[in-house]
Amino acid sequence: MAKTKVLERKPLTFAEKTFLPQIVSGLKTTFGTMMQKGVTLQYPEERPNIPDNYRGVPTLVKDPNGREKCVSCQLCEFVCPPKAIRITPGEIDAEAEPERAHVEKAPQEFDINMLRCIYCGLCQEVCPEEAIFLQDVFSLSGYSREEMINNKEKLYELGGTLPDQHGKWDKKKAAEQSGKTH
Amino acid sequence: MELLDAFLPYLLPIVYAVAMISVFMGLCSYSVLAERKVSSWIQGRVGPNRTRLPLLGHIPILGNLLTGLGIFQPAADGLKFLFKEEIVPGHVNKFYYMLAPVVTLAPALTTMVVLPFGRYVDADGITQPLVLANVDLGMLIILGISSLGVYGIVLAGWASNSKYPFLGGIRASAQMISYELAMGLALLPVFMWAAFPGSDYGMSLFGAVQSQQTLWLFIWQPLSALIFLVALFAETNRLPFDMAESETDLVGGFHTEYGCFKFGLFFVAEYAHVIMGSALFVLLFLGGWNFLPGLADPWGNGLIGTLLSVGWFIAKVFAMIFFFIWMRWTLPRFRYDQVMSLGWKILLPLAVGNLVFNTIIIALYDTFTR
Repeated sequence: MAKTKVLERKPLTFAEKTFLPQIVSGLKTTFGTMMQKGVTLQYPEERPNIPDNYRGVPTLVKDPNGREKCVSCQLCEFVCPPKAIRITPGEIDAEAEPERAHVEKAPQEFDINMLRCIYCGLCQEVCPEEAIFLQDVFSLSGYSREEMINNKEKLYELGGTLPDQHGKWDKKKAAEQSGKTH
Repeated sequence: MELLDAFLPYLLPIVYAVAMISVFMGLCSYSVLAERKVSSWIQGRVGPNRTRLPLLGHIPILGNLLTGLGIFQPAADGLKFLFKEEIVPGHVNKFYYMLAPVVTLAPALTTMVVLPFGRYVDADGITQPLVLANVDLGMLIILGISSLGVYGIVLAGWASNSKYPFLGGIRASAQMISYELAMGLALLPVFMWAAFPGSDYGMSLFGAVQSQQTLWLFIWQPLSALIFLVALFAETNRLPFDMAESETDLVGGFHTEYGCFKFGLFFVAEYAHVIMGSALFVLLFLGGWNFLPGLADPWGNGLIGTLLSVGWFIAKVFAMIFFFIWMRWTLPRFRYDQVMSLGWKILLPLAVGNLVFNTIIIALYDTFTR
């Protein structure tokens, strides 16, 4: 049982009844606020500090060797709650990357509809290849609906390269050269 | 040349009047800016700081400073009001709807005819007021004409033919009537002391200022000053008394149905009333252009002295305008019945008591010192 403490209400003094001391103290408060430094960020010129784990616009990243990390497994497409992601899987060009071709797949097309995206980050969470990341871009605008659909080129342009240390294909190559393939 | 000489007596007052109106309107637009800036500072914001005029705004350091202070903002505000689409709602009474903003602004501009704003020493060595029309009963003219401003508000509320403006108009009229009485009664002791038996100042506003050379009136008439100040806030429809407007419960009050330039006129009129009220309070209670209590006139008799007196008066008026804005963000709006009870049950009896008390003091003083 919580203890209730009944506060005794004293009758107002004469000065308090006129409200004048209260008004004066209120004036002091507002004047003090006026003298304080503002906290406003002059937005387009000054940008806010974005924390590392910020969930901004989803982007695709490449590995340090410039290879696409996405293998178009379509897990993000399945997990995406608003169905904003649309992937068309495709083959890897055998002449350009002979060792990866017929082993992995790559997205032929990868569209994220930013009018549908809810920035939940489930695609990033579910991705087994660490290929899709919600990065620090928070302001997105366009003149048409088509413009708001980020295609593959746009996604890689926004995402850039992720300097990770996994080196999946590098390890495979090193293992082949040393003869310990398995 | 003879023609010019013949017309000069008629031409000069017009020139003076136009000059004064221009200065006054400039002050109005810049008090709008002051309101926006001070409001934002009090609320921890920045306020208008982006408007930049082509040439003036691009002077290296000064331009940035002026832009940051929003000095060019009033031009943008005014032009916006001027170029917006002129919408007249279908359900209004067109004639009175158009008339109302004019009726609101005109009294505020008319009262400044009798407002002294400085002093000069004429060829005979007599101190004269700088004023468009130096009449003896200037205060009466101001009281009479400035209360006409409420007709504009009532007219706007009625002609708009919709609920909220109507309520705003009714509130404004009731509030005006209640506070006009207290205001007039609070002023009487001031003029009784200024036109004290044996004093040579008389009832004019100039006399009221000159009688404060040794002691400002708000120091030894604090009750009158307080009542007058509260009534002034009510008369100018400023917070905490902006019953006519009260955005939270009446949308926009009397100007809900107004837009573009007609709304701009209401806006300017509000600030014109604020400036007039500030000037009046400075004249009556803060010693007008007198420098400090006890040190009335340190500036000389020449032109520089005159300019200094005008400058000091305007500085005081600015301080009062700042006080108006400062008060706006300090106190919340009163409830309507609280406004009424404050006016009728507290301010009016206080003003009457103050009047009687001062009358007795003057009578006793007169009896025993003569």
